[in-house]
Amino acid sequence: MRLTGKVWKYGANVDTDAIIPARYLNISTPEELAVHCMEDIDPEFAQKVQPGDIIVATTNFGCGSSREHAPLAIKAAGVSCVIAKSFARIFYRNAINIGLPILECPAVVEGSEAGHILDVELETGRIHNLDTGQTFQAEPYPEFMMGIIQAGGLIEYTRVGG
Amino acid sequence: MGMTMAEKILAAHAGLKEVHPGQFVEVDVDVVLANDITAPIAIREFERIGVGRVFDRTKVVLVADHFAPNKDIKSAEQCRVMRDFARAQQLTHYYDVGTMGIEHVLLPEQGLVLPGDVIVGADSHTCTYGALGAFATGMGSTDIAVAMATGKIWMKVPETIKLVYRGELQEWVGGKDLILHTIGLIGVDGARYQAIEFSGEAVNDLSMDGRFTMANMAVEAGAKAGLFAFDEKTRAYVEQVVRWSDGRRVGGSEGSPDTRPPDQGPSDDLTIPVIEINVSKLEPQVAFPHLPSNVRPLSEVGEIPIDQAVIGSCTNGRLEDLQVAAQVLRGWKVHPRVRCIIIPGTQAIYLEAVRQGLVETFVEAGAVVSTPTCGPCLGGHMGVLAAGERCVSTTNRNFVGRMGHPESEVYLANPAVAAASAVLGRIGGPAELEIRD
Repeated sequence: MRLTGKVWKYGANVDTDAIIPARYLNISTPEELAVHCMEDIDPEFAQKVQPGDIIVATTNFGCGSSREHAPLAIKAAGVSCVIAKSFARIFYRNAINIGLPILECPAVVEGSEAGHILDVELETGRIHNLDTGQTFQAEPYPEFMMGIIQAGGLIEYTRVGG
Repeated sequence: MGMTMAEKILAAHAGLKEVHPGQFVEVDVDVVLANDITAPIAIREFERIGVGRVFDRTKVVLVADHFAPNKDIKSAEQCRVMRDFARAQQLTHYYDVGTMGIEHVLLPEQGLVLPGDVIVGADSHTCTYGALGAFATGMGSTDIAVAMATGKIWMKVPETIKLVYRGELQEWVGGKDLILHTIGLIGVDGARYQAIEFSGEAVNDLSMDGRFTMANMAVEAGAKAGLFAFDEKTRAYVEQVVRWSDGRRVGGSEGSPDTRPPDQGPSDDLTIPVIEINVSKLEPQVAFPHLPSNVRPLSEVGEIPIDQAVIGSCTNGRLEDLQVAAQVLRGWKVHPRVRCIIIPGTQAIYLEAVRQGLVETFVEAGAVVSTPTCGPCLGGHMGVLAAGERCVSTTNRNFVGRMGHPESEVYLANPAVAAASAVLGRIGGPAELEIRD
């Protein structure tokens, strides 16, 4: 899977209340949630994000609540991939389970700025910054996780596989 | 090599003699939990799996607590999705308005979660049940859908760190202060992906209510679980809340008071990292916006005027918390500029608060007492903040916009500090008031 998009850059501890504020948790449709994605920390995000864009953040991305609404909102906003130095564990599981590719790669976080274009090859974990020409290497997914992402999520993977 | 508490419980539920950190295991779950926010997505995903029935209708627990009593039409629809599912699946543990409470206060009280259990819940504060010596962890709706369908879940066995609390606690210092102090020390990702074992004489002295508060906020340090070893206090609590019938836990999994927990001693792995914390001089702690790790001792808070005080939540909505709040508020009036909102965690706690005269104290002081709900903690309802407003709260998170407007501020504290602050109109402790017993 090849993912190419513009970088939206954020700092440490982007929590799930920042990704999707709880006042919108009375809805569960991904498309409706996407309209409010990142609203409290970056009001422009939901209007300006383009299909394929990539969120890049530092440590502990997705900390806080277990709400699956968070990765659902990011995915439905059109984001193709989230790259961070580290992820909170519940967010990590949730993202994989709904088929949102996420990668831990501190070097690419250091080596890319907002607006840069990244090209990600999921199978190999290779990430290319088209603006700086630098190439980075993230740990590739184990086979079953790649299977879940390629199927589009855990439920699809479970149905297809078993 | 020995095993940690988390490893012992996970090994027992994976049918293995031993497990080690980093190992992927598939474990049987004793309880699967979801609420009115997370259940609708879990139900949608469950129906796509296509198994028809949940794996065990006595082990899937659904609680309408976040936006219930329904705060608006959309919330009402979400609650209805959950209610319809609970009825169609004939779930024995579905809790709606009238029986419901804040899930992590309710489940232990109902005897649904026990020492040695594995519990997965679509709520990050599921880790609360670690206070009972259970392995309990939060997950998302899709994981919970799979667990509802199969009764199993895959996990990576976490590393364990042991926190040892030394010394005797000062007056007005409790479990909330210990956990806030800990998060301040190790950071909001200080225990990321790990299990925490809480130990030492200071936590041995805590009541079960205080231990629930600590385990509850393990997730605020990034932990997967936070566990206390089974002791006489755990035993007394379990014997008081669990109803047994011929050795079978009513509505729960197999076992009896004599056979459980199965070998749930503290860690006998002597190689795990140990952090010793002397807490004998610890003051009440206050977490400043916008992270639970942004902690200061009460004496260094300075002049912070407040607009609202909230006492409640899965962190501090238990009877002991209300008793402390009443002890502070008795004979005083809430400051005219402050809205003081007090939320008993469950109907049973509410009733006991009425019987003990606590509710009378609260109302006479000018506080309001609400039906059990998570409401204000996550900016849902029953106390949403406007731009520029400040709230001192016994809840667990103070992220940007957590309790309302993105320009509002949340200060996390224990119930005594929250109650005293409500009277003072600024953040302060009960030592500033003359407490009348």
